[in-house]
Formats: sequence, C-alpha cells, structure tokens
Amino acid sequence: MMASSYNAKEDGHVTVPGGGTIQNKKPDNTAFKQQRLPAWQPILTAGTVLPAFFVIGLIFIPIGIGLYVTSNNIKEFEIDYTGTDMSSPCFNCSQSFSWNSTRPCTCALPFSLEQPFESNVFMYYGLSNFYQNHRRYVKSRDDSQLNGDTTSLMNPSKECEPYARNEKMPIAPCGAIANSMFNDTLDLYYIDPNGTRIQIPLMKKGIAWWTDKHVKFRNPGGNPNLTSAFQGTTKPINWRKPVYELDTDAENNGFINEDFIVWMRTAALPTFRKLYRIIQKKNNMTPTLPRGNYTLEVTYNYPVRSFEGRKRVILSTISWMGGKNPFLGIAYITVGSVCFFLGVVLLIIHHKYGSRNNTADIPN
Amino acid sequence: MEIELLRTACMCQTVICCRVTPLQKAQVVELVKKYKQAVTLAIGDGANDVSMIKAAHIGVGISGQEGMQAVLSSDYSFAQFRYLQRLLLVHGRWSYLRMCKFLRYFFYKNFTFTFVHFWYGFFCGFSAQTVFDEWFITLFNLVYTALPVLSLSLFDQDVNDWWSFQYPQLYTPGQLNQYFSKRAFVYTVLHSGYSSLVLFFIPWAAMYDTVRDDGKEIVDYQSFALLAQTCLLIAVSIQLGLDTHYWTAMNQFFLWGSLSVYFAVIFTMYSNGMFLTLTSSFPFIGTARNSLNQPNVWLTMLLTSVLCVLPVVAYRFLRILLWPTINDKVRYKVRQDKVLPPTPRRVQARRTSTRRSGYAFSHAQGYGDLVTSGKFLRRTPKSRPALFSQTDSPLAQTQPQFYRTISEREEPPLSP
Repeated sequence: MMASSYNAKEDGHVTVPGGGTIQNKKPDNTAFKQQRLPAWQPILTAGTVLPAFFVIGLIFIPIGIGLYVTSNNIKEFEIDYTGTDMSSPCFNCSQSFSWNSTRPCTCALPFSLEQPFESNVFMYYGLSNFYQNHRRYVKSRDDSQLNGDTTSLMNPSKECEPYARNEKMPIAPCGAIANSMFNDTLDLYYIDPNGTRIQIPLMKKGIAWWTDKHVKFRNPGGNPNLTSAFQGTTKPINWRKPVYELDTDAENNGFINEDFIVWMRTAALPTFRKLYRIIQKKNNMTPTLPRGNYTLEVTYNYPVRSFEGRKRVILSTISWMGGKNPFLGIAYITVGSVCFFLGVVLLIIHHKYGSRNNTADIPN
Repeated sequence: MEIELLRTACMCQTVICCRVTPLQKAQVVELVKKYKQAVTLAIGDGANDVSMIKAAHIGVGISGQEGMQAVLSSDYSFAQFRYLQRLLLVHGRWSYLRMCKFLRYFFYKNFTFTFVHFWYGFFCGFSAQTVFDEWFITLFNLVYTALPVLSLSLFDQDVNDWWSFQYPQLYTPGQLNQYFSKRAFVYTVLHSGYSSLVLFFIPWAAMYDTVRDDGKEIVDYQSFALLAQTCLLIAVSIQLGLDTHYWTAMNQFFLWGSLSVYFAVIFTMYSNGMFLTLTSSFPFIGTARNSLNQPNVWLTMLLTSVLCVLPVVAYRFLRILLWPTINDKVRYKVRQDKVLPPTPRRVQARRTSTRRSGYAFSHAQGYGDLVTSGKFLRRTPKSRPALFSQTDSPLAQTQPQFYRTISEREEPPLSP
C-alpha cells in the first residue's frame, strides 16, 4: 500500500520498504559548515572612533613638529649651473657644445655660504626634466653583463638595442642608461679671508649602496687587468673613455666604479639628485665648510639644452630623516590637527544627535 | 486580458490559483516576470511544478513525497516547506551581502591600483612605465589580496541567523538593490580616485629630492616602487578590515598572513641569492634592505594609510550616527543584547505541515483513510506567536499590509 511509503520523519530521510536508509545528504552540524564560527563583530561606536581620532591627532602632531624642526636644521645650498642665462659663467660652455669635442670646456661659479656646515657634507648633482623613469630607458640595460657574466659581455641582451653594438663590436656597458652617464667634473675651492684658494678634499668612495657595489655590479673575469678582461668590447657611443679607464684605482674601475653605479640606479622622478662626492668632517671643533666665499669649478661635458633640462649642484647636511624635505613634517602636523578637529566636531555631533538615534525603535 | 489579471492580482495580498495545469502555473510566473520589475521565486514539490520552477528566476524544489523531479530542475532544494524562510532571510540575505561587499571591494582595490599608474604617467613622460615592481603586479591579485577577499566573501555576516528571523525587515535592502547599484559603483570609483591620489602623491612629495640617512639614494625607481606598493597593500588591507563585519579566526589569519607573506616574498625576491641565480628576473636586489630601514619611509607609509582610511571611518561613523539603516540598528541591538542578555524566548514549536493540512489526495487511491482516520489530528493545538506583526512589502502598492495571526484550531474530521 502506498501509505507505507509516506513517512513522518522531519529531516529528509526516506525509508525504503525492506529496511535501510538512503544516504543522508545532510551536511555536518559543525560550526564551520553551519556558519556559526565564533567571531569578533566590531561596530563603529562613539566609544571607539572618537578616542581613535584624538589619539591619532595627539600622536601625529608631535611627530610632525619633530620632523619639521629636523628638516629646518638641515643646511642645504643649491646652485644652478646650466648656463642658459647670458650672465652666467657657464653660458659659453652650454652653447658651443658637441659630444665629440675633445677640448673640455670649464667654467667657474663663485658663491658664498652664510652659515657653516657641520659634520659630513654631501655634494650632489641634480638634473631636471631628465626622464630616467621612461619605460624604454629603464629597460635598456643588461644586468647580467653588469654582474660580470662573460657571455653577456660579448652578447648584450636585446633590451639594450640600439645601444648594444657599435660596428659589430659589443658595447660594454650596453644600453641607453649607461650611454647617457653624467660626466661633468665638479671641484670645490674655498677662498679663505687671505685670498688663497684651498681645494676641498672630495671623497669619491662610499657613495653607492653596499649591495650594488659588492653584489649587483661585478667586473668580468677574475683578471685584475681590466683592459684584457674587456677585450673585444667597445665603449658606449657617447663616452670619451672606455669603462676600464674610469678611475686609476682598481677598486673603483670598470663596472664597479661608484659614479657609474650611482648613475645606473635610475631615478623615479624627472627631477632628481644623485650623490657625487662626500666631504668628510674634519674634527668636532672646526666646521666642515666654514662660512665664506667658495668657487665651483665645472668641467662642462654634459649637454642638457636639447631637452631643456637643468643642472645644479647641491651641498647638504643630512639627519635621521634624510635630506631637507619639510613636506613630511608639515603633512603630519596638518593631518594631526585635522584629525583632532574632526574628532571634536564628531564629538559635538554625537552629543547633540547621537543619543536620540540609538534608542530609536526599529520600525516594522 | 493578461494585464488585467496581473493588475487585479497585484492589488491583492495573496492570490490562490487552483485547478491549474502545469503550463498555466508557468504562465502565471512568466506573466509576473514580464510585466513587473520583480524577482520571482517558485517553490513546488511535484512533477507538475517543474515548468513553474523553471520559469521563475529562482526555482525551489521540495524533495520528499512527490519524487525528485522538482528537485532535479530547481536551483535550490530542501526537504520541507518551512526551510524557505531560512533560505530567504538567512542564506539569501547573507549571500547578497557577501556578493555586494566582494564586488565593491574588488573594484575599489583594482581601480586604486590602476589609477596610481595613471598619476605616475604625468611624471614618467606617459611612457607607460609601471610604478610598481612587475612581480608585485603579478602577485597582487593572486597572492597578496586573494585570500582575505575570499574569507570576506565566505564568512561575512551582518547578524546571525537567529537575529535574521527576529527582524525580517533586514531583507528589504536586498529587494531594493541598495548594496550594489550604479550609484554604489560610482561611489566606489570616486573612493578609488581619492585613494590613488593619496597613494601616489604622498610618497611623491615625501620622497621629492630626499636621500637616505647616510646620504645615499632613496628616490631611485626601485625604492619608490617598493614604497608605493607597500603603501597600496597596507591601505587596501585596512580597507578590507573595515569592510569585514564578522571576524572569524580565518579572516584574521588570512589578512595578517597575506601581509606577512608580502614582506617575506619581497625580502626573498630582493635577496642576493635570487639575483645571482636568475639575474634578469630579479633586478630589485638590495632594495628592501636599503629602503625599509629608513624612518622616513615608514613614516610615509603610516601617513598614507591613515590618510586613506580616516575619511572612510569618519563617513561611516557619521552615517551610522545620523542616518542609520535597518542593518545598523539591528547590529546595535545585537550588541546591546550581548551586554545584557534578554530572557530566552521559548523556541517556536515546529510546524508539522504535512500532518495538519486538511486536503485529500484525489489522484491516487489509498490516502483517503489518512484523512478519515484523524490520526494526524491527535496533537493538541498550541498557540504560536505571530511571525510578522506588521510589515510593509515594497511591492504592495495600494493598501497597507497586515497579516492575521494564525492559530491552530482543531479541524472537524471529515466524514467519509
């Protein structure tokens, strides 16, 4: 009779005549599968949000003041020596120029420092409107070749095109980045009150990252004689000297030349500065750069007129937050004050309107 | 004629169609579908309901007495009619909530990621140079933000199932399509625009013409990329944290785990070993070590994250305070009740619908004595509290809706 197949069980089990049950498809009654996992359920109440705003405001403002004061104490001096202006000493050099010129053009710019610079002073060269972050430019290098791999030395990668070969000879180092290396020479002279010119000693080592100098860039072959290591390659098109003549010091020659390494670390923005030299502090008594008159002597090799770029020299001290940049200090103070003010406003709003809404009944 | 029927039917609260063929059942559903802006659900248990189930937007089959045909052609199936309440008010609602949150967050994350590149275009000569590391771009959606979003869309709940039954009004946002509409999408795009501005221009300004604390380079492309990508990841992770309302252990693990995996991966990829093994694939060697030990890098990240997140927190707090939605009110009530737990309500007695109905199967012999014997009527009637005291469905147009409280009465036995 059909009534026997009618069953009053509640849970979906179907009993067949003759005993036994069909497989139960009911899922397990665990917390995970039934979505009953214990959980933290935060809601944004006044008790959590308002103190958070006040705390953030109270933390950010001192940090901002600290940053701003630190930044203001950093001394920085900048001098633009592009020479676009007729009155500039470097005007002649900037005009009459070509890469193939053998006679280097020099110009001297006098300047004076109002305040003495203490501790280590860092000398940077800065370029503007130079897009080292252009996509094709950034790609144009061969890291294997720069790491000293001899196969890549002789066969530069395709990314370096069209700066990979020059009349069938492979270029070392290849690529547009290496080709456009900055090659002005900058010298500083102090003119003491007697009138004598004293050359300021500039350190050229220790300007690149340690990982760059010791891991990323290596000279090819174990041969200390770099001329033979680079046999069969030619210099980049725009260079005057080949890569193994960059410096007489063997530790700073070839691919591990620190100026080269600093240049190869491409900048992120079109206006940038790169570390050129370090002026070591003398002792705790005398300032590194005393107040007075100075001269900057430039061997003007690097042309920037064609892309309306600008060149400048920056002398700067540094601190725990780096160079002189008041933005972070001002931003922290601003955000901290806005936060605090917003906290006060929200507190007022909460006081006036908040309590009436939370006790409201849920409408049906 | 059809339109007349539909118009008349919509003026009623309930419509009973009896003695309808399966084709007519499907036609009724299609009529509603065609002329009303409504999502239709059809539930049935027999083979004659199959066409209706297939015609509706959502088809629900009841497995059991009448066989499995309804189940096989339906979108959802369960064993008893009363589970429909749970399907709609708990699972359907949670599903809608999770999908919408997931979609909004996913669009936010990817638009922010892309707009940062747009702003960088102004500073790289529009040469399509990416501001992030290529590996980061590959792994961003795959590894760093995949699992947290997955846990959000699997586990998130606004209120638990018991509370969903207490307040069926929570179902209305789904019916009104409030959580993901064109308007919500536009808000997401604007929010992404703001976040991308913060995520690009704060690092840009903080790093402009800066150097490390030992004078060496920090605004090189690789360090800037590392800073920008870390800021982005922290900002979108905090945004996910703000969106999550139900923090299970899995959510916590996935969120903090993804951030840790990010740092582990970058330190691995930027290490000496990887560079020396595969030189051209890992050119970022040394970047993590040299820039992440700088205080101004970490301070920039902190500022960026706070500036991205604070407006969202302020806006949400104000909205909950001044214009609370039904969701906010119920969640507030849940929290209040947790603080002082209410007297436990008596668990509703289970309806045994199959026993109580007074119909008789007329298509097959043999069920008549079920009805005449009165076996199923022995249970004493209990009064049940009303589920809905007063609700207004947004679909009702003319009269205010109210429902009678249904109480069980003893049915007089039918005489054979």
